[in-house]
Amino acid sequence: MQLDAKIPDGAIADKWTNYKFERKLVNPANRRKYDVIVVGTGLAGGAAAATLGEQGYNVKAFTFHDSARRAHSIAAQGGINAAKNYKGDGDSIYRLFYDTVKGGDFRAREANVYRLAEESVNIIDQATAQGVPFAREYGGLLDNRSFGGAQVSRTFYARGQTGQQLLLGVYQQLSRQIGLGNVALYNRSELVDIVVVDGRAAGIVVRDLVTGQVTSHSAHAVVLATGGYSNAFFLSTNAMACNVTAAWRAHRKGAAFANPCYTQIHPTSIPQSDDFQSKLTLMSESLRNDGRIWCPKSPDETRPPDQIPEADRDYYLERRYPSFGNLAPRDIASRAAKIEVDAGKGVGPLKNGVYLDFSDAIARLGRDTIEERYGNLFEMYERITDESPYDVPMRIYPAVHYTMGGLWVDYELMTTVPGLYAAGEANFSDHGANRLGASALMQGLSDGYFVLPNTISNYLAPLLGTKPVPTDHAEFQVAEAAATARFAGYLAIGGTRSPDAFHQQLGKIMWDYCGMERTKEGLEKALSEIPALHEEFRKDLRVTGSGEATNQTLEKAGRVDDFFELAQVMCLDALTREESCGGHFRAEHQTEEGEAERDDAHFAHVAAWEWTGDPANPTRHTEPLEFENVHLQVRSYK
Amino acid sequence: MKELNLTLKIWRQDGPDSNGSFDTIAAPGINDEMSFLEMLDLVNERLINEGKDAVVFDHDCREGICGTCSLMINGQAHGPQKGTATCQLHMRKFSDGDEIVIEPWRAAAFPIIKDLMVDRAAFDRIVESGGYITAETGGAPDANIIPIPKPVADAAMDAAACIGCGACVAACPNSAANLFTSAKVAHLNLLPQGQAERHARVEAMVDTMEEFFGSCTNHGECQEACPKEISIDFIALMNRDYLAAKFKNRRTLSRK
Ligand SMILES: Cc1cc2nc3c(=O)[nH]c(=O)nc-3n(C[C@H](O)[C@H](O)[C@H](O)COP(=O)(O)OP(=O)(O)OC[C@H]3O[C@@H](n4cnc5c(N)ncnc54)[C@H](O)[C@@H]3O)c2cc1C
Ligand code: SF4
Ligand code: FES
Repeated sequence: MQLDAKIPDGAIADKWTNYKFERKLVNPANRRKYDVIVVGTGLAGGAAAATLGEQGYNVKAFTFHDSARRAHSIAAQGGINAAKNYKGDGDSIYRLFYDTVKGGDFRAREANVYRLAEESVNIIDQATAQGVPFAREYGGLLDNRSFGGAQVSRTFYARGQTGQQLLLGVYQQLSRQIGLGNVALYNRSELVDIVVVDGRAAGIVVRDLVTGQVTSHSAHAVVLATGGYSNAFFLSTNAMACNVTAAWRAHRKGAAFANPCYTQIHPTSIPQSDDFQSKLTLMSESLRNDGRIWCPKSPDETRPPDQIPEADRDYYLERRYPSFGNLAPRDIASRAAKIEVDAGKGVGPLKNGVYLDFSDAIARLGRDTIEERYGNLFEMYERITDESPYDVPMRIYPAVHYTMGGLWVDYELMTTVPGLYAAGEANFSDHGANRLGASALMQGLSDGYFVLPNTISNYLAPLLGTKPVPTDHAEFQVAEAAATARFAGYLAIGGTRSPDAFHQQLGKIMWDYCGMERTKEGLEKALSEIPALHEEFRKDLRVTGSGEATNQTLEKAGRVDDFFELAQVMCLDALTREESCGGHFRAEHQTEEGEAERDDAHFAHVAAWEWTGDPANPTRHTEPLEFENVHLQVRSYK
Repeated sequence: MKELNLTLKIWRQDGPDSNGSFDTIAAPGINDEMSFLEMLDLVNERLINEGKDAVVFDHDCREGICGTCSLMINGQAHGPQKGTATCQLHMRKFSDGDEIVIEPWRAAAFPIIKDLMVDRAAFDRIVESGGYITAETGGAPDANIIPIPKPVADAAMDAAACIGCGACVAACPNSAANLFTSAKVAHLNLLPQGQAERHARVEAMVDTMEEFFGSCTNHGECQEACPKEISIDFIALMNRDYLAAKFKNRRTLSRK
């Protein structure tokens, strides 16, 4: 397998401009002769489908949701970064580029990151033109705030609902194209396989979630924008239906899967309250701008928080990272919380959290200001926990939140399968080993609005005059039959345990051994337990109901099956990456102060895994990373 | 933590064209820290263990933002807690021994797919007819070129907060979709960027709405049920714009 990143020549600041000039174009009148399939209608897929539709291509968009407006992007709270420098505090495209490469712990491709920083400014213009109601100052200009890991104010936001508003912007643009007939939307349709003919992506096989019917769709190119795989851990901040199936099925058809072990643990989620918990709720990181994080100094502390005097509190982030304090990047803040809780200093009924305290901010700024900034988040917290953060400090704990790994893509966002693209959280591209806050929305929209619509013509142009492979081609028939058999198979097992029961067990293995801290021993244990549990799944699964009507238990079975295979490559990737970097912390590789220790001499590369037919033995390939602009250095937030 | 023993009466229906009926399911041993949907997860887990079909219900984010969840709980859309979507409702709002009746949204424009899941595609049709600002990708001017007074941006945001759940329709005795439609109309019609298409937009959206939904007779039930507390003042704004659209000479759109 060849990993050619196809990075354009030239100085970092010229690469994207050069690329856009040199790539092949498709003349506007010819675009309607091309069919493009876009799977996923979140920020990345929705933006790509709408823009390709506007440009004149025939687009077919697919989502398992009932409407494009439900994609998980809707849940993003905090904001979106852009190098607008509206605050005049020294921001620039170069600075955003620099911060992102450094924040990613030097494990991202420089050229991609620079392009992302360049396009960031266009996203804000585009979204504003669409009517996204970003927060404004009294003078009517756009407001910004600073967000975890950045020392400038570059984050645009719409109350605590930035993802919702950006996604509604995308949804509206997409709806317009649907109304105009340029995009056909297939809702409640789940991709269950990818079809490759003569080495090129030819189309997809989907299962209608209402009727259970399996059908094929072909096109000149296929784009996957199907989100991240945090739900491999069962409990995460992702929505219930988020899954890896689309990316995993592509992987099984030849698309390399890059850096699967890079998972982001978000420091501020509400701690788990019982065994029935179905998901974890994030409390936006923006809260760390005004909240102070602490835990009691003594593990034996029993007093309620307001009665613990200052002298008995440990503001451990402020103590350990004086210059960034409570705004230390996510991986650092998460691990620090784990250290305190593991030392028995956790708070709350299960001693599984730390405090995020607003009393100083309320005293300094007044309750009204805090309410204006965080009112809806405080309300959400109270609804879940029955405690008011105005009176009692919040309790928070890290939770799996985002996956930096994903399908390997080159500079054009093409996977190792020609004609198959991946965008948004589904690809591995821009965040290296750790994503900075407010950068995922930016990347999804940059990929969807600005990158893909520019790169896809380079592949399509030479295909002028060709027709998509017909769906009665043998490869489609084989894939359809296999998918039908797979779902019938789950129903036929007739065992004793539900898909959720297995998912929960898998998630526990992943959290224990492939979570915030990983060790060789633990990962090896996981690698022996996961295949065994998968085997039990194959023998003892119970799916009730039928395959010919809506059956959420059956949907879940397919998704969990794919998580089992993904989980193995996540652990293998974590095991072979003998260093600590960003969201990947190997206990064996840390400094004396307990900070992550990178090994640039051996691991300054992307690891991309190739499917071999055996989930326990994929082949590891590497793409070396070169840092010509931001020089390799130890990341320090002290 | 308290333990609740409940009796659920859940609507079961095989498909859009079949007849449905209530199924009575005992739900003992419910931890009151659970969310309402976690309670249903547990009930489903028990049903699967007994070899029975799980109850189908729509849900996804479980944090009150995606608008997917949709249940009539004891006759109230999204249940008893004000400004709260079903997924954010917790069992501590219920008491031991309660009987809870759980039904799907009921409206002709929202056909039942299975059990508690309905098809809300009519909402998408309304947005497709005009719920956008035409601004194709590329060529947008700098975002700070048009300053927007904060109160205007805030009002647009209040309207844009709608999650498209359909509780307003379910709660309305006429199954009208005026609150949903007016929220989108107001979001865009309040903003300077939305002015060029203001009249065409409201006309197209209202006309499409009327193809699917009943007429509003100002009951105000929608606002009570809305998990985002969208105000019925937006309906008045939509009506005003709709009336104006009927008389406006579009060639004079650039004049006040
Ligand atoms: C709680 C939370 C808060 C966040 N806050 C922020 C923030 O403040 N700032 C920030 O920058 N980022 C934030 N993020 C991250 C960010 O929201 C996501 O990374 C981003 O929105 C992902 O967008 P996407 O388009 O790649 O995928 P998604 O929005 O997840 O969309 C995936 C799409 O693919 C479809 N799909 C998936 N699989 C299939 C299949 N097999 N068949 C058919 N369709 C399929 C789905 O239906 C959906 O339409 C947050 C994430 C979470 C979980
Ligand atoms: S107006 Fe309220 S009730 Fe109606 S769809 Fe929007 S959020 Fe739901
Ligand atoms: S599940 Fe998303 S709003 Fe309730």
